[in-house]
Amino acid sequence: MDNSQNIIARSATTTAPPQVRGHVEEVAKLIDVSKCIGCKACQVACMEWNDLRDEVGECHGTYDNPTDLTANSWTVMRFNEHETEDGDLEWLIRKDGCMHCADPGCLKACPAPGAIVQYANGIVDFDSNHCIGCGYCITGCPFDIPRISPKDQKSYKCTLCSDRVNAGMEPACVKTCPTNCIEFGTKADMLVRAEKRVGDLKARGFRDAGIYDPAGVGGTHVMYVLHHANDPNRYSGLPKDPRISPLVGAWKGATKPIMSAIIGITAFAGVIHYMTKGPKEEPEDDPGQEDAPADTLGYDATRRGSGQHEGSAGERPRGEER
Amino acid sequence: MTNHWVDIRNANLIIVMGGNAAEAHPVGFRWVTEAIEHNNAELITIDPRFTRTSAVAQDRAFIRTGTDIAFLGGLISYLIETDQIQREYVLHYTDAALIVRDGYGFEDGLFSGYDESTRSYDKQSWMYEMGDDGFVRRDESLRNSRCVYQLLREHYARYTPETVSSITGIPVETLQRLWKKMAATCVPDKTMTFCYALGWTQHSTGSQIVRAAAMVQLLLGNMGLPGGGVNALRGHSNIQGLTDLGLLSQLLPGYLTLANAKEQDYAAYIDKRTKQPTVEGQVSYWKNYEKFHVSLMKSWFGDAATETNQWCFEWLPKLERPLYDVLDTFERMSKGEMTGYFCQGFNPLASFPDRAKVTRALSSLKYLVVMDPLNTETSEFWKHYGEYNDVDSSAIDTEVFRLPTCCFAEDEGSIVNSARWLQWHWAAAPPPGDARPDIRIMAELYRELKRLYEAEGGAFPDPLLNLTWDYKIADEPSPQELAREYNGRALADLVDAEGNVTRRAGEQLSGFGELTADGKTAAGCWIFTGCWTEDGNQMARRDNSDPYGTGNTLGWAWAWPANRRILYNRASADVQGRPWGPDKAFIWWDSEQGLWVGADVPDFVATSPPSQGQMPFIMQPEGVGHLFAGQSMVDGPFPEHYEPFESPVKDNLLHPGNSRARANPAARIFDDDREALGKPEDFPHAATTYRLTEHFHFWTKHAELNAIVQPEQFVEIGEALAEEIGVAAGDWVKVSSNRGSIRAVAVVTKRLRPMQIGSRQVHHVGIPLHWGFTGAAKKGFLINALTPFVGDANTQTPEYKSFTVRVEKA
Amino acid sequence: MAINVTRRQFFKLGGAGLASSSLAMMGFAPEPAEASIRQFKLSHAKETRNTCTYCSVGCGILMYSKGDGSKNVEQDVFHIEGDPDHPVSRGSLCPKGAGLLDFVHSEGRLAYPQVREAGSDEWKRISWDEAYARIARHMKDDRDANFVRRNAQGQTVNHWTTTGFLAASGSSNEAGYITHKVVRSLGMVAFDNQARV
Repeated sequence: MDNSQNIIARSATTTAPPQVRGHVEEVAKLIDVSKCIGCKACQVACMEWNDLRDEVGECHGTYDNPTDLTANSWTVMRFNEHETEDGDLEWLIRKDGCMHCADPGCLKACPAPGAIVQYANGIVDFDSNHCIGCGYCITGCPFDIPRISPKDQKSYKCTLCSDRVNAGMEPACVKTCPTNCIEFGTKADMLVRAEKRVGDLKARGFRDAGIYDPAGVGGTHVMYVLHHANDPNRYSGLPKDPRISPLVGAWKGATKPIMSAIIGITAFAGVIHYMTKGPKEEPEDDPGQEDAPADTLGYDATRRGSGQHEGSAGERPRGEER
Repeated sequence: MTNHWVDIRNANLIIVMGGNAAEAHPVGFRWVTEAIEHNNAELITIDPRFTRTSAVAQDRAFIRTGTDIAFLGGLISYLIETDQIQREYVLHYTDAALIVRDGYGFEDGLFSGYDESTRSYDKQSWMYEMGDDGFVRRDESLRNSRCVYQLLREHYARYTPETVSSITGIPVETLQRLWKKMAATCVPDKTMTFCYALGWTQHSTGSQIVRAAAMVQLLLGNMGLPGGGVNALRGHSNIQGLTDLGLLSQLLPGYLTLANAKEQDYAAYIDKRTKQPTVEGQVSYWKNYEKFHVSLMKSWFGDAATETNQWCFEWLPKLERPLYDVLDTFERMSKGEMTGYFCQGFNPLASFPDRAKVTRALSSLKYLVVMDPLNTETSEFWKHYGEYNDVDSSAIDTEVFRLPTCCFAEDEGSIVNSARWLQWHWAAAPPPGDARPDIRIMAELYRELKRLYEAEGGAFPDPLLNLTWDYKIADEPSPQELAREYNGRALADLVDAEGNVTRRAGEQLSGFGELTADGKTAAGCWIFTGCWTEDGNQMARRDNSDPYGTGNTLGWAWAWPANRRILYNRASADVQGRPWGPDKAFIWWDSEQGLWVGADVPDFVATSPPSQGQMPFIMQPEGVGHLFAGQSMVDGPFPEHYEPFESPVKDNLLHPGNSRARANPAARIFDDDREALGKPEDFPHAATTYRLTEHFHFWTKHAELNAIVQPEQFVEIGEALAEEIGVAAGDWVKVSSNRGSIRAVAVVTKRLRPMQIGSRQVHHVGIPLHWGFTGAAKKGFLINALTPFVGDANTQTPEYKSFTVRVEKA
Repeated sequence: MAINVTRRQFFKLGGAGLASSSLAMMGFAPEPAEASIRQFKLSHAKETRNTCTYCSVGCGILMYSKGDGSKNVEQDVFHIEGDPDHPVSRGSLCPKGAGLLDFVHSEGRLAYPQVREAGSDEWKRISWDEAYARIARHMKDDRDANFVRRNAQGQTVNHWTTTGFLAASGSSNEAGYITHKVVRSLGMVAFDNQARV
């Protein structure tokens, strides 16, 4: 069959995927923050299309709701009021969600065979059927995106609507966006669009306008146009130079076979644990916690779905560079 | 909208003022972002708040709520004093040169003819002066001190930047920066558009704010051009259609009006509404009023309406007061003067001001009928919901019927969007349970009443018994039948001047030009004539081609009137019929064809050559746009700034010391409601209510997806006020007015700032309106517990956008 | 795919008779997607065009319902998204429009006529016939008692001011038209819609 979604990488799998039908253009989603009105249509369309319903939460004194990504909210708007040096006010609103890295830390970190895949078109997708709920994908993600569901202990995130893209359509968030702030196309076309937008912003006085397509993760298939590309952190803590934690790289390279064996055993133990004691309640059960100091590997299990996003990179729980 | 959504992309400057388009109309707002990106346009917001529209605007000002006329009046003065007007347009297409009668004047905040005892004006002096030839006198030099231009100049000379600044709270330099940008569109080939919504209408001066914007657009020559206009971004999916169909106390379909009780004579009733040209050679389209009226009567009463019985004129109800608006109705209801009330898809407990009064009023009814797809607060006004609806059911004797209706997904028919497009839609699924369409409910209820009257007789049943009802299924007329009926058809063969038959009896009409006053045509809503012709349902058309690249898609759906998309589009060409500029070419005179041609259906007599001198504003007897309102407004021919009825400011700075001119002197307020107004010393904060983008009024709190993205009630306060009252973001606050109070979470923001008004600082409190005691979102307080029971002088639209509160830590 | 017609051409052909169609007809039917994680859910759903019910932009929407429209299927809308051919919305929907599905299926939807008797604290389900009979009785009693043929000045006014009516600006023109016709035939003047506020 002719499928645009040929898998080019598969988590915890050493056999090479089929390579022949790889003449597929990479796709990308471009988010022009300067055109975002924070309406949350993308959030709603995402939930609607993907049959998700998050909790009806509370107002915490901001417009952000839900206040953080969850297993049911694969994208959220993050609002930041920023006062410029000359006293002007900017309300910077950023749609947060999976960046679909070319070099996906989640996939690299994932010990469950086939739980995370990368298609030839660049989409990084989670196959929950194979997910063991270990949370390593969160550890591996330099953007703090995946979330484990308390309901089934599996990890979830934006799929870039791989089902729609596979059917020749655009992601739900892209289609619904009222202001043309989210666009979709081939990555090459989106880069051309992005450059045009940057040119327009520069002409309007935003000297530091630029494209966010960070090289540290091999580039991304979700890119931003920022009016202040020199300071992405201003947009509710977008990391300036995201990289996969060196620890993920290390264990994937040299120690992965060993680690995979350990994880396999741990996962098996988890099944036994589940069958005898019920679902895991304590995140401390996470095997990653013993192996990696939290300040470097950075997965703070207590943050999962906690709804606390301070919008300040200083409090972000990862060792990313800024 | 005078223009339409896609046309916004043709603007060079977009002013969002009295509205918040990005939040309330996000998809329409896409054409603002298109204008910015592809037309190098600039967006400016002028609002008490920094909104999500402001977030993508290039410039903005914080304005004190209720002071828009001061800003616009200052702009008018600036345009005149700096001579930045589109002079040719102003001279030919407006009434600037027309002379006003001697008696007209304005003194200390009051126009000539004021009667304090009735709070109304005798408008005799607000008229143009007629010459011996029966037409209005004019002075092309614009120097006559009694010409509209000079009176306008004099009226707004008081609106200096300093005065405007002290009223609005906008710094002088900001005013001048924004006015300069707006004035730059006075050149012929640049247009500015105003996008407004309830942020202008929900004031005691609301209609005059809109008028002030229209005057600015006339002075700048921005009316009738692509990318120009005064664009009301209407709120509900078919609020335009229901207005067009005249479902308002004083109206009949197509902006025809009911007679008042004094108008007992049919001929006089028609004569008053049949506007003859007051400038030689002008179109004055309302001269056809009787054709529209008689066609309506034939549509409703069929053979019973004859010339002999004056087309059943007697049967129509006559008005004993100017309006039986909802404020008037709830005032009467609260005094026990009403028996029954119907709420068809309307939630007055949540939507009307002074919720305590509304609860009292509804409790006094004998019966209440609610027709709605949803479980509304109004339908359960009698039910105890803790502090959210603290009533004693046993003490309320109203019998309440609740009838489940279909929603859009289960319904077929047409609705009219803000751009006057009638768009047809189809049903996807049956309604839940035993819910029924509104059409069927109205038909079955009518038929039940008719049976009762036939069996028992009763008060004047003639109109009821003779109502045309030739629907194939009498209990459920089809949407197609009703649409064909309001479009209209020939009842007899129609012939032209030579006696040729132009339309066979029984055929659908193709336009309102075919209507006659002799009973040979029927049309239920003349402005909709053309929507369902012999060629079928024009509202279902789906050709989205845009041949001229102007964004005008004449093959998509159908727009009233006559499928034209930009009103007054004759004004897009100069007096000789040439486009004002290549970028603004829209319609123009083609001398070879002897026709007006272009991207739109001309809003004009298509064969009338420029040399004939007919002017673009064909609905006005003078053929020109009115800078001077003459008879159409009840509160003055020129907009004047008055303070909101509840204001944090004690004096109207334009008329200090004159208490009569503090708030709109011609606005109606009932005695009890005046007593219920708060004083600035008790309620020092300016409050304004509004919608958030995540929600639609009180509907979407029933939709889980929307409840998720904005779950709980909040109010917005600035950082300075938060500090003053010791509140942090996420804390609970109590907001009180002299009529009630609510509690909500505080959103503390930089987007609200204290304003310097005269000698004091004024804080604004922003109050989103979406929560209540039914639905999927967290329960909240109906915010109309706070709002005052007073409306705009002309429309009685309640003053939801400007009142005063006190906010404190809860 | 045998049908060689573009989506846009397809619409131009359309009137009411082509109001509904399936995505498959428009060439969107995907091949079975073994390599994808989630199956595309609209493959053979019935598609119906409508206009968003909320604000006055009038965005075009496509409603997808279960089944293909066969007689034996009870239609049920399971997904709504924007109509890409609509000249204003071009496929977009705002957060309200994007959430329309949950309005259609809201727990707050009413399914049966009900009455709350005077002084009661609960609803009682009644039949449509009972509802009409009781409402019409109330109306007629009030109208007969309070209809004014002539006022104190002897002017013919033919109006009924003691029962009022609020019409719905979310309903169709056809519903609005018949409502106006009926309401005025009764002589009602306390008659408004949301445009008043």
